[in-house]
Amino acid sequence: MTSETREVAHNQHTHPTNRFYVVIGAILIALTVLEVLGYLGEVNGTLPSGAAAAIILVLSAAKFLLVVMFYMHLKFDHPLFTGTFVFPALLGMLVIGSLVLLFGPIHGTSDAIGDDVREERRAAEVRAATPAADRR
Amino acid sequence: MAESHALSPAHVDTSTGLDSRKLAFWGFIGSECLLFGSLIATYLAYKGRSLDGPKPHDGGWVNRYGEVMDHGVFNIPLTTFSTFILLMSSVAMVLALNHVQRGHRGQGTLWLFLTALGGAIFLGAQVYEFTYFVAHDGMTLGSNLFASSFFTLTGFHGAHVTVGIIYLMTLASLTWHGKIPPEKSLNVEIAGLYWHFVDVIWIIIFPLVYLIP
Repeated sequence: MTSETREVAHNQHTHPTNRFYVVIGAILIALTVLEVLGYLGEVNGTLPSGAAAAIILVLSAAKFLLVVMFYMHLKFDHPLFTGTFVFPALLGMLVIGSLVLLFGPIHGTSDAIGDDVREERRAAEVRAATPAADRR
Repeated sequence: MAESHALSPAHVDTSTGLDSRKLAFWGFIGSECLLFGSLIATYLAYKGRSLDGPKPHDGGWVNRYGEVMDHGVFNIPLTTFSTFILLMSSVAMVLALNHVQRGHRGQGTLWLFLTALGGAIFLGAQVYEFTYFVAHDGMTLGSNLFASSFFTLTGFHGAHVTVGIIYLMTLASLTWHGKIPPEKSLNVEIAGLYWHFVDVIWIIIFPLVYLIP
């Protein structure tokens, strides 16, 4: 890859051929097939839930990197473009991680979202199950 | 496997030496990362918190016809097919750029058209999916937390695909009429950046929303 990715001159690049792009496309398809197999493995019970999720996420990250590096040319382009993309992308990932942690393990706010509704439903079910005479 | 050719005009008269349009577009893509980051975060934060159905992966909820469903709403084979089409459209996009940079007007137009066609097929699959959710499952934007966050996330992505299709068809027309010579290929490269970004977002959405229960 080094001869293919080396920058030749200012604003001029050694640039992959059509065949190279098609090979990357085939790899992307193969990774997608593996993702779906991971999902099916989890559904069928042949793969543990956590393991399947981890495999799917790793495959997804590989696809992300392939597209960004080769199809979006960050591998060949000026590092300033990489920085302009990577910084907000990391910030976005930080937002995702923080919100999921805040709503889940740390604060558990979202568990309490439906608590009042659940409580109301339980009370209604009890009222419905209890004869009117008993309630008096 | 590699060929050397100019990606942009030989001399760019800016302080960075880089084309400002391309740099600005990367900045735009960065801002889009934050938009989709917040939408994905919202979906994940509310995942599995809905009080009632419809549910994405599990059964045990009642659809609009009063039937108790033994499975979730997602149609994985259909979504896998549309994911395959979107990935193939990304391949078509890089091939279109390569041809435009070499001055192959006909081939460039053809691959740009095929890229837009791939986007249109993906969009058609999404419209079918949404219609089925509404008509069969009774799942609308206000049904529950899952429905609201799912429609907002995938709907925003679909809107981006729609814009991309219009963008690509415009470029295909300009290329066909000879208005995008190799020295103006940056226009196609920027459209490619947009299209690949839309693809990258789907690469994240597909496993997180559809494949991981």
